[in-house]
Amino acid sequence: MRRALTLLPVIVFGILALFFLKGLTLNPREIPSVLINRPVPEMALAPLPGRGENSSLSTNDLKGRVSLVNIYGSWCIACVQEHPYLVEIKKSGILPIQGIDWRDDPVLGAAWLRKHGDPYERVGVDPPPGRAAVDFGVTGAPESFIVDRAGLIRYKHIGPITPEVWSKTLLPIIQELQK
Amino acid sequence: MKWLMMLALKRRAGFAALVVLVLAAAPAFAVNPDEMLKDPAQESRARELGRDLRCLVCQNQSIDDSDADLAKDLRIIVRERIHAGDSDEQVRKFVVDRYGDYVLLKPPFKATTLVLWLGPFALFAGAVALIIGFYRRRRPGAELPPPAPLSAEEQKRLATLLKETER
Repeated sequence: MRRALTLLPVIVFGILALFFLKGLTLNPREIPSVLINRPVPEMALAPLPGRGENSSLSTNDLKGRVSLVNIYGSWCIACVQEHPYLVEIKKSGILPIQGIDWRDDPVLGAAWLRKHGDPYERVGVDPPPGRAAVDFGVTGAPESFIVDRAGLIRYKHIGPITPEVWSKTLLPIIQELQK
Repeated sequence: MKWLMMLALKRRAGFAALVVLVLAAAPAFAVNPDEMLKDPAQESRARELGRDLRCLVCQNQSIDDSDADLAKDLRIIVRERIHAGDSDEQVRKFVVDRYGDYVLLKPPFKATTLVLWLGPFALFAGAVALIIGFYRRRRPGAELPPPAPLSAEEQKRLATLLKETER
């Protein structure tokens, strides 16, 4: 009994140390989304100039099939890294990608797509104060959301989509939802 | 002597200037004048709310302190909600519904945060209980084992020492 008592502080310290060690490996930027399994927010975003009047993005466009919603901006540096991969995903035809041009001058947002390639079916403009992005709980760009047929958000990815993220995380979820 | 007095005077003036500057410095806010609400009562509510909402870019600053674009957006949206007639609680719920409890700089007291709120007190109570237990046990004469009898050699030494004092 006595022995157990003297060991107690060591045990408590050990448990705390395990928690803190785990904490060191977590990314503080990856805040779990509260919107998982909740419907896509109501939105009706204007189209990008030069992409046609019918290319605007609203809530109903995200219903009926599994789609990927991608937040980007011409000012966003990490988006340049992710973009060629989005173009490849579009070519694969696995699912439609819808874009939200966040906190951006739409003219610059359109020019950026002409320069880096356009993987989107529809692009909605979300000018400051970025109401649609806030409704999506966006904390930065790029961010991507997997939306199911019913229009529910099923997964949120923070940061650029890399081939590894795509094949290990996103694609399995998409395939499961498309079944 | 005169130059010494002059120097002392100069020093004092410099110190006074420093005191004035420090007292005049107001805390810096990131809130821009063009974001503010016209109604001062509503604006002060917005400030109060903004101080408790985390900027999700800088994470350890409130949206009131942060210069990040997202913080600015949230300040504007908080003011829109207030202007539309939302109560403080409704505004807070609006933001938490989108960003989760993490956005609150002061986490709410509920089942999932019990350990966070009560953990430190539990640890402290445990430590106090341990210390009290430790000292209770060490009360004079409580459980000390009787001293071992002296060995033959020690007996001898004791005898000689006693003899010496008798002399």
